[in-house]
Amino acid sequence: MIDNQQQIAATRKKAVEGGRLSIDDALALYEDNDLLFLADCARRAKERASGRSVYYTVNRHINLTNICSSNCPLCAFQVEEGDARGYVLETDDIARILESAKQVKNLSEIHIVSALHPSKSFSYYVDVVKQVKAALPDADCKAFTPVEVVNFSKMTGKSIREVLEILRDAGLDSLPGGGAEILSDRVRQLICPKKATAAEWVTTMRTAHSLGIRTNASMMYGHIETVRERFEHLATLRAIQDDTKGFQAFMLFPFHPAHTKLGEEYHLTRVGAWEDLKMMALSRLFLDNIAHVKAFWIMMTLPIAELALQFGADDLDGTIGEEKIIHAAGAKTQTGITKAKLQSIIREAGYDPVERDTFYHAISSLPH
Amino acid sequence: MNRITENEAVDALKHGDVLALGRAADAIRRARYGDTATFLIDRNINYTNVCQNECRFCAFYCKQDDPRAYLLSTDEILAKCRETAEAGGTQVMIQGGLYPGLGLDYYLDMLRAIKREFPQLVIHSFTATEIQHFAKEAGLSIRETLLRLQDAGLASLPGGGAEILDDAVRSRVSPKKISTDDYLDVMRTAHDIGMESTATMVIGLGETMEQRIASMARIRRLQDETGGFRAFIMWTFQPGHTALERDGEAGEKVSAIDYMKTLALSRLFFDNIAHIQGSWVTQGERIGQLTLGFGADDAGSIMLEENVVRAAGTRYDMTENKMVRLIRAAGFTPAQRDTEYHVIRKF
Repeated sequence: MIDNQQQIAATRKKAVEGGRLSIDDALALYEDNDLLFLADCARRAKERASGRSVYYTVNRHINLTNICSSNCPLCAFQVEEGDARGYVLETDDIARILESAKQVKNLSEIHIVSALHPSKSFSYYVDVVKQVKAALPDADCKAFTPVEVVNFSKMTGKSIREVLEILRDAGLDSLPGGGAEILSDRVRQLICPKKATAAEWVTTMRTAHSLGIRTNASMMYGHIETVRERFEHLATLRAIQDDTKGFQAFMLFPFHPAHTKLGEEYHLTRVGAWEDLKMMALSRLFLDNIAHVKAFWIMMTLPIAELALQFGADDLDGTIGEEKIIHAAGAKTQTGITKAKLQSIIREAGYDPVERDTFYHAISSLPH
Repeated sequence: MNRITENEAVDALKHGDVLALGRAADAIRRARYGDTATFLIDRNINYTNVCQNECRFCAFYCKQDDPRAYLLSTDEILAKCRETAEAGGTQVMIQGGLYPGLGLDYYLDMLRAIKREFPQLVIHSFTATEIQHFAKEAGLSIRETLLRLQDAGLASLPGGGAEILDDAVRSRVSPKKISTDDYLDVMRTAHDIGMESTATMVIGLGETMEQRIASMARIRRLQDETGGFRAFIMWTFQPGHTALERDGEAGEKVSAIDYMKTLALSRLFFDNIAHIQGSWVTQGERIGQLTLGFGADDAGSIMLEENVVRAAGTRYDMTENKMVRLIRAAGFTPAQRDTEYHVIRKF
């Protein structure tokens, strides 16, 4: 008992001082469950990493298709080919979206993630990147999770490196961090058996970083993973980052079980805000080498995202125009938000709002 | 620990750090209640939506000749009480608009009928505003009115109707409603006859931080005198469909940070009130669960029926299972309590 108390006191001290946490340290802090202590430590870590700045971006999400061959139990978005709800955006559809995106002042990023369509060829995706860059040469094109990249590689017989080079040459600027879920093949067998393996996800990220393509990283939690598996996942990300420095930001995806086979089979409920903010703080503390942690308001709801800025987050992400994947799983948040609202939330949290591009460069808005 | 002064409290709301306030409040809450977090199972029964007060923050009331106007009969109220008892509820909170000319017997008959049919239900009902209205209409003193209601079965008073206990705010948002002094006088008299109550505050009505703290200070002073407040319950103004919203005076919704700071501060400020309730009904289950870390020891009620907040467009469905799961997931031991905050069942 006394040993335990000394142990947790030492671990808490490490958290306050910003020392590197082991998986066991993180588990001990998780069990200790002192939410606001963790928040306090995480906020210090955030301020060490990004000072008074809290970022947001003006971006637009495009989900090219919902027709997917992967059929993951975790997903509420995908449909099979032939389903009446299925859609694919063709050149004209994308042109219309880009035309409306052009009207958005200071749009800095187009974010594209999609399903694994069974019959669309790789050239379709390459052409989408070219089309985006042609229409919006000043916006960053952040597209395709490692899961999609691995699929392109299998589809074409090209290596992951070749696929990434082709996409980069077409204008791809960075990769989003999705598809990581939990980087454990035990977990992936249950939640997304046909999708890229843990090793394939890691390889894709390492390859992208080696090509100078920066990426994000993520974790989806609150399903059938153990708490230890969460921190093992974070340890994997931290080890990659030690080698490559290629991750710009980390984001947490709490699992939304509504309308998913996984949720139904395991009778899962959406974890509470307590768990969300605890994981936010612990992720910030554990990932001592990733500069930015996003509070993805569309997942958390705005009031919780606002609080998340006290729990280590330093980025509210974007003024997302239209988002389909998370809303298919029952998220009840609105689908867009104004810049003024994001700025006021950041100011109320005591921080300075900074509009950023994909690479966390501040965008200086000209007076108008 | 020295009592926090009003100036210190104003300063904490304006410039304090939400985490520092939260941690200080959590330390007090844990010292008093350990890891127990309580909730109640009850039903709100709104016997009428007719109200002569016409408060500008209210989306529930209507006038007597409005097609939506209703007044529940004693039989209808008894049916709701039966459902409450059958669902494991321990309390009914009966509240209504200020219906003109109803007569005290309507209320006394209602209370006696409930006590006769459902002696196990605690009747925690009628705000100070209603008590004042009953007394005026009956031509009785507040004390005599309360004594008659108590004799008919009224156990305790909810704290509603306080909003911000500052007449500058009240004259703007609810000019016809009970004044600050009269609200406090009803509570003082109730406590004096052994009828305890809760105390409430609604923030986000355009009040200043000074007015907010003045409101809390009036409650704290009365509590020093009487000791009759069991809990302090604070929630945020819900602007939907209200006159304040229609007139463009609703302002910005209270932010999550402001709500949490005020909640934590209330734990620190009320060194003489035992329980601080998080408002799951107005804030929703996500913020509601977090209040347990910012000083709240009680999650309020799993309301089997609620109409007033719902009229303003805010609706959160809560069940016992969900409440127990969310409290447990935050690391607390869920416990059902009765009206007097005695734990009656641990989970």
